Amino acid sequence: MKFGIIVFPGSNCDHDCYHVVKHVFNQEAEYVWHKETSLKGLDCLILPGGFSYGDYLRTGAIACCSPVMSEVVSFAGKGGLVLGICNGFQILTEAGLLPGVLMRNRDLKFICKDTFVRVDNDSTVFTGRYGKAEAIKVPIAHADGNYFADKEAIDALEGSGRVVFRYSTAAGEVTPEANPNGSVNNIAGIINEKGNVLGMMPHPERAAEQALGSIDGRGLFESIIEGFAGQ
Amino acid sequence: MKARVYVTLKKGVLDPQGRAVMGALNSMNFSEVEDVRIGKFMELELKGESRADEEARVRRMCEKLLANTVIENYRIEME
Repeated sequence: MKFGIIVFPGSNCDHDCYHVVKHVFNQEAEYVWHKETSLKGLDCLILPGGFSYGDYLRTGAIACCSPVMSEVVSFAGKGGLVLGICNGFQILTEAGLLPGVLMRNRDLKFICKDTFVRVDNDSTVFTGRYGKAEAIKVPIAHADGNYFADKEAIDALEGSGRVVFRYSTAAGEVTPEANPNGSVNNIAGIINEKGNVLGMMPHPERAAEQALGSIDGRGLFESIIEGFAGQ
Repeated sequence: MKARVYVTLKKGVLDPQGRAVMGALNSMNFSEVEDVRIGKFMELELKGESRADEEARVRRMCEKLLANTVIENYRIEME
């Protein structure tokens, strides 16, 4: 399986994603510079975390205008797998591939810490390896992760099981105290209607090796890779 | 030609920055302040000639990039 990691000016988790895909999971991986206009031969795209274009204007807003993004949109339209992590999630919402927006954290602070998220949908191609309602420990690192969408959009997400990850306690309880940034309904990750585009604020690539304190993020990559092999 | 673009948060969208500024003003004894909303102001220098055409184009710029209409409204002034 071949992963393409999209690199925007200001991406800074691109190397982490590349390392995990290539060296932890022994898959093919290549960097795709944002000026590229071909995604040929790639099976899954990762939009990594970071501060593309310095977060100018709004997080992810300017990255959307990069030449590669129209290719990403058409790749997703054809059913290709797209995973947006942190700034990648922000870019996917700005590009209209996912609904809603990631606003400034409720307490205005940049938060970098381990969080627990509950897997609320374990039947996606990204989460098949997890158990239903399993709580996993994955770190967040963002200033703008406060998920917001209007009531109609939230109802649509909730009504169709498209909220994939929710901030929770270690026991998987979704409480206001477990919500680090003020996200509506503790939303930490969502998927599109077709089920091939996932956006999440926590960083699974930072929780894929024991040396980093958690291997709970591995399931996400394993789900993608096994799902692809079983096609 | 110049366009001024004001981008503001929609009603009902929480503005934590505005709230923090309000708290600071209140603590400085400006107790009359009941709400603060923070927005963005942009000035665009345009080389077009038709005011109507340019305004329509600035509107498109707002829709496509300058504002996120999920949470923000925008207002344009042409000069």
